[in-house]
Amino acid sequence: MANIEEFEEIIPSDTAAGREVQERIIESLERRDFAMRDVFGVRLALEEALVNAIKHGNRMDPDKTVRVNWQVCETKVRIVIEDQGEGFDVNDVPDPTEDENLEKPGGRGIMLMRSFMNLIEYNDSGNCLTLEKVRESADDSDD
Amino acid sequence: MSGHRRLDIEEVGDVTIARFIDKKILDEGNIQVIGNQLFGLVEDDGRQKIVLDFSNVEYLSSAALGKLITMDKKVKAAKGKLRLCSVRPDIYEVFAITKLNKLFNMFDNQEEALEGF
Repeated sequence: MANIEEFEEIIPSDTAAGREVQERIIESLERRDFAMRDVFGVRLALEEALVNAIKHGNRMDPDKTVRVNWQVCETKVRIVIEDQGEGFDVNDVPDPTEDENLEKPGGRGIMLMRSFMNLIEYNDSGNCLTLEKVRESADDSDD
Repeated sequence: MSGHRRLDIEEVGDVTIARFIDKKILDEGNIQVIGNQLFGLVEDDGRQKIVLDFSNVEYLSSAALGKLITMDKKVKAAKGKLRLCSVRPDIYEVFAITKLNKLFNMFDNQEEALEGF
């Protein structure tokens, strides 16, 4: 990861603050001319991840914060989002695409993150999420 | 609190077309207002045939999908019909990944959605 920029922000448990940091990350990608499709996927994943951290992780507790760290380089972006909640087991989240779950809310955010990002990984306690997106055109630029 | 109007409503015969005004349906407050306005079409106005037009929508979160699922249930409970149209490819992918394209009747544009409705 040559020419890496790294940023970190600690935000309150407030979705408006989540959206501000989301905009900052998107701006970092746009400055590096990431493709529209990449930006779309990262924005969607960030929205889901930040809302999960703020609402489900910290349960909107004003005494708790969310740490957001991101590294951007020419070929990829890596984002770490850590809340101060109890965490959860990602395996306990039901598959929203099973017929019996199709009409139920829940589980779709994680599924969208998995689908639009190259890597999504929770730590063991489930309160820290790492997301990675490899730039769509990155493979072409090497040769 | 009803909030700003988030839907453009148009009547074509006995069909109600509701077009989302927002480009991004992400903000929780917005989603709540949109949900209430959608549900009002069925519960308060008793509309039976509803087309949701997504032509303005560029981003949609899973929370918004949740409202659409609830809307679908309400329409079915009222023995009405719901169709979706003009969903751009990026957004269609969101429906396809979550397999909600199986739950909803989706059409390329308004004309197709109105045909035989």
